[in-house]
Amino acid sequence: MRLPLFWLTDYVDPGMDASKLAARLAMTGTEVDRVHTHGVSALENFVVGRVLEREQHPDADRLSVCQVAIGEGDVSTIVCGAPNVAAGQTVGVALPGSVMPDGTRLKKAKLRGVPSNGMILAEDEVGIGSDHAGIMVLDDDLVPGTPLAQVLPISTDVLELEITPNRPDCLSVYGVAREVHAATGAPLNPPPWMEDPGTPGPVEGVTVEVQDAEFCPRFTARLFEDVKIGPSPRWLKARLMAAGQRPINNVVDITNYVMLLTGQPLHAFNFDLVAGGKLVVRRAGQGEQMTTLDDQVRTLDSSMHLIDDGEGPTSIAGIMGGQRSEVREDTTRVLMEAANWHGPTLQRTSQKLGLRTEASGRFEKGLPPEQSMWGTIVATQLMLELTGARLAPGTIDVGGEGPAPKTIRLREEKVTRLLGTAVPIREQADILEALEFDVHDAGDGLDVTVPAFRRNDVTREVDLIEEVARIWGLEKLPATIPGHGMSARLTPEQRLRRRAGDALVGAGFSEAIGWSFQAPEMARRLRIDDSAVKLRNPLSEDLAVMRTTLLGSLLTSVRHNTARGAEDVRLFEKGSVYFDRPHRREPTAAEARSTPLPDERMHLAALMTGRIRPASWGDGNPPTADFFAAKGVLETVLGALRVDFTVVRGADPFLHPGRAARVLVGGEDAGWLGEIHPGVAAEFGLARVAGFELDFGAVLPHAVVAPHYEDLTSFPAIRQDLAFWVPADRTASELVEVVRGAGGKLLKDVRVFDVYAREGQTSLAVRLEFRAGDRTLTDDEISPQREKIVKAVAEKLEGELRG
Amino acid sequence: MSTATADRIAALRAEGEAAVAAAASTADLEEIRVRFLGRKAELPNLLRDVGKLPPEERGPVGKGANQARQALQAAVDARQAELEAVELEQRLAADVVDVTLPGTPVTPAGHLHILTATRREIEDVFVGLGFSVVEGPEIDLAYYNFDALNHDPSHPARSLADTFYVADDVVLRTQTSPMQVRQMELQPPPLYIIVPGRVYRPDNDATHTPQFHQVEGLAVDENLTLGDLQGTLLAFARAIFGDDREVRLRPHFFPFTEPSVELDVSCFNCKQGFLKDGSRCPLCKGTSWIEILGAGMVDPNLYGYVAESGYDPERHQGFAWGMGIERIAFLKHGVPDLRMFFENDLRLLEQFG
Ligand SMILES: [Zn+2]
Repeated sequence: MRLPLFWLTDYVDPGMDASKLAARLAMTGTEVDRVHTHGVSALENFVVGRVLEREQHPDADRLSVCQVAIGEGDVSTIVCGAPNVAAGQTVGVALPGSVMPDGTRLKKAKLRGVPSNGMILAEDEVGIGSDHAGIMVLDDDLVPGTPLAQVLPISTDVLELEITPNRPDCLSVYGVAREVHAATGAPLNPPPWMEDPGTPGPVEGVTVEVQDAEFCPRFTARLFEDVKIGPSPRWLKARLMAAGQRPINNVVDITNYVMLLTGQPLHAFNFDLVAGGKLVVRRAGQGEQMTTLDDQVRTLDSSMHLIDDGEGPTSIAGIMGGQRSEVREDTTRVLMEAANWHGPTLQRTSQKLGLRTEASGRFEKGLPPEQSMWGTIVATQLMLELTGARLAPGTIDVGGEGPAPKTIRLREEKVTRLLGTAVPIREQADILEALEFDVHDAGDGLDVTVPAFRRNDVTREVDLIEEVARIWGLEKLPATIPGHGMSARLTPEQRLRRRAGDALVGAGFSEAIGWSFQAPEMARRLRIDDSAVKLRNPLSEDLAVMRTTLLGSLLTSVRHNTARGAEDVRLFEKGSVYFDRPHRREPTAAEARSTPLPDERMHLAALMTGRIRPASWGDGNPPTADFFAAKGVLETVLGALRVDFTVVRGADPFLHPGRAARVLVGGEDAGWLGEIHPGVAAEFGLARVAGFELDFGAVLPHAVVAPHYEDLTSFPAIRQDLAFWVPADRTASELVEVVRGAGGKLLKDVRVFDVYAREGQTSLAVRLEFRAGDRTLTDDEISPQREKIVKAVAEKLEGELRG
Repeated sequence: MSTATADRIAALRAEGEAAVAAAASTADLEEIRVRFLGRKAELPNLLRDVGKLPPEERGPVGKGANQARQALQAAVDARQAELEAVELEQRLAADVVDVTLPGTPVTPAGHLHILTATRREIEDVFVGLGFSVVEGPEIDLAYYNFDALNHDPSHPARSLADTFYVADDVVLRTQTSPMQVRQMELQPPPLYIIVPGRVYRPDNDATHTPQFHQVEGLAVDENLTLGDLQGTLLAFARAIFGDDREVRLRPHFFPFTEPSVELDVSCFNCKQGFLKDGSRCPLCKGTSWIEILGAGMVDPNLYGYVAESGYDPERHQGFAWGMGIERIAFLKHGVPDLRMFFENDLRLLEQFG
């Protein structure tokens, strides 16, 4: 909300400049986005002038050459393009050197050969109106040379306020004036609705019927006759302009002015076009249509509300009027409505229709019914003053004021206990009174009655404590650390996840963070069809489903880098993936009665492409990342977590069919490992990419968090190497398994260290490590085991010891 | 023994010792060793043939020859060591590399993402202050994201323009706050937790991304005060932004805290809003304060949702806050556009973490 200071000072003068006031308001709960100067920011060179002579420009039909008195006997020649300029007029002049509101500096100029020393001003050029058809003509009693700012509001500071949704009362000049009063102590003038020129009672020829009193707690209206539509006076236009509202005509301007001043939206009906002189507030029919002011046909449903006249709908209640009864140039009878609508209902309507107006934005926050009458009173004053209208006797007032004010006990002890410091009770009372609460001493504190305009926001003791604290000054609070005496640390899972990330960083991988959402198209590119969670209202089709694997976002990130010239890319990502199937946790009470939440799993994935280490002068051609490079990284990560795992051949559709594996941890599937299928990689513009993806949920329970001591140092191990020829279709892990099975208790480790293939056969060399915890082993003890191993390999794998 | 034999032994020894001393290389020395101590050399032959001598000469000759041979062997060994050392130095002197060539690269270490590094920093500070780290689902019930956080049914944050929906009652959480009530359901007071995690809102520009990360904090105990909130967050601000920082609380509004505040930290980029060159500080926009988070005392209504777990609005008081990890990272490291956090450009990633 834009608050022009020259308007605020009608009601409260804080006696401080705009930036000081902004700072004080910020510290008491009214956020100020920005302070700007509306209109002219450098007042020098703007003066009152009088046009002494006007001649036709010799070379331009539309230009006049004027001699303008600018004070102290000086006369300037000014070329003017306005059609209404004439000798004898008193005008506003910008002299050379003036800085205009748009920042341009006015210079002496020649217009079609005639020198011009300044500019005769139109309203819009100094931001006090929107009229550019002609120059402003001022009162004749003004003396040339008088600074223009003394006679016209050509400059004001404007605070751009960010009003929180709980304070619709502050969406008004008078509402902010109340805050300024409480925050600065400056005296507050009475509100503008104290004097009502109107009278109660029925209005002849006007009937209003409210069929849904819950939706419309109050409906007030007055009838004005002999209205003359015309421009508003300059003071009113200047206020609207500074508040960011464009002047239209006096009646429309009054509705806007009253809304900005009191917070109450109004609607002006052209009463001659209100059929039957009757308005009915009713629920809309399902599928009912009406054309709103903005020339749109709107289709309503039965949760929405219309205002009818004798011929049908004239407006969507509280949101927007219809074209039929719009105020026009020739309108003479105006019915001015100020009503109150149920906020939540109105908000739903506004949302469903996709139609949000200044008025609906205010109503939806919940306004007090009392305010309708405040708006009606101020509108009456202005209609009489500015449009020459006559007020028809009586006031339509259906419904009435809101519920009786609530009184809340504010305990002194509770204030101290919540804030951590005491606020003297007299100060508490003063603060609340300045905010227009009614305060009485009570046994253990104060009894506080809430004013109507704070009815929705302040309902409990704690709300009063907030009021006291924010005006009293949060800067006076102590800074204490709770003495709870509790220790905390990361959980084992959190520590393990950190360790996995650190291991990957150590292995040369940088961490990526991709988008949780992706295009439905991603599944096709990855050749998968997991059931994904879909968003009902995605930002775009590219971000419409939740990912079921980290692979897509990680491939996208790899591609981002290779497309920018990086050749060797190693990235990992740790993040959630989401499957459209019920999760497996024990449901909470709320979950048990709701739509099942999807299965959300924390994954870890890594991808590598290009060389596994940088080339150098000593090694011009290091190997590039392949299946085994990725497996090495997997071994590093799982080794860092102390997780035992095995791999078996896999068949994930996004992997190279010959270089695809599943990772098993504790015998359970925990993820994939492999080279990305060249066809999939090509979709991302990538060459060979290898990597893996693990489900932390399957891996971490198997991590050894607190290892138990094992004596590996007292007695040395014996290492022996054996090489076997096995048929080519035997795998390394089969050999290792057979060797382990035959090697006995003393065989502690088996590792394949050499592979060599020939026609139909593979040579696999294994290194065996034998160790005993209580003695140094001798070859005599080992050789029977070795023989058993050779025999088992021959029997089970048709393998033979290589010579 | 005959004088002649004794003389001969002495001569051989002297001759040998002289030759050893004169040996110029290990190859020379080997030749000399073979000449004087080899199988065919005279001295070993003398020793071998001792048995052929008359008995009375055997002892003296054997002893003399043996002494000479041992002395000679010792001289060879000593000279061998000397020559080897000299020859090693000679070889090393020839083995010269261009020390200015680049080193042989190992695979360079990678980097944690700046958001992870920042998140860890924040977690560590609060763990140090006695807060446990808990995490919750990113796709959550509207109940936990809104209802149980005191958002009335018409609160605009619930609208399709402000929240991603998966079902009528299931949303992508718009804040980490749903874990407040989830954790209170699980754990009776006292409760001191932080909740880091990913959250979602439908915005996309330089200062808003549709996904971002927050750290929620929640402390509930019997006598926690707004002063405790200020002290806790002051400790945090100093740990992250430096020991000289001050904080201030500004009144604000959130549905689930009362009173609600925003926390500003004193600008670490300027003096009183101005840079050294006299220009206005772009970080704090000349105000010398930077907003870093929203906070407040837990609204007593929230305890109503978890009364079964032992929360009592008259007895328990607590405070809560929520901060953006991107914002902290942006303030600390100056990354200009939040969208860059999710592009994963190595040229950016490698600058941090
Ligand atoms: Zn600064």
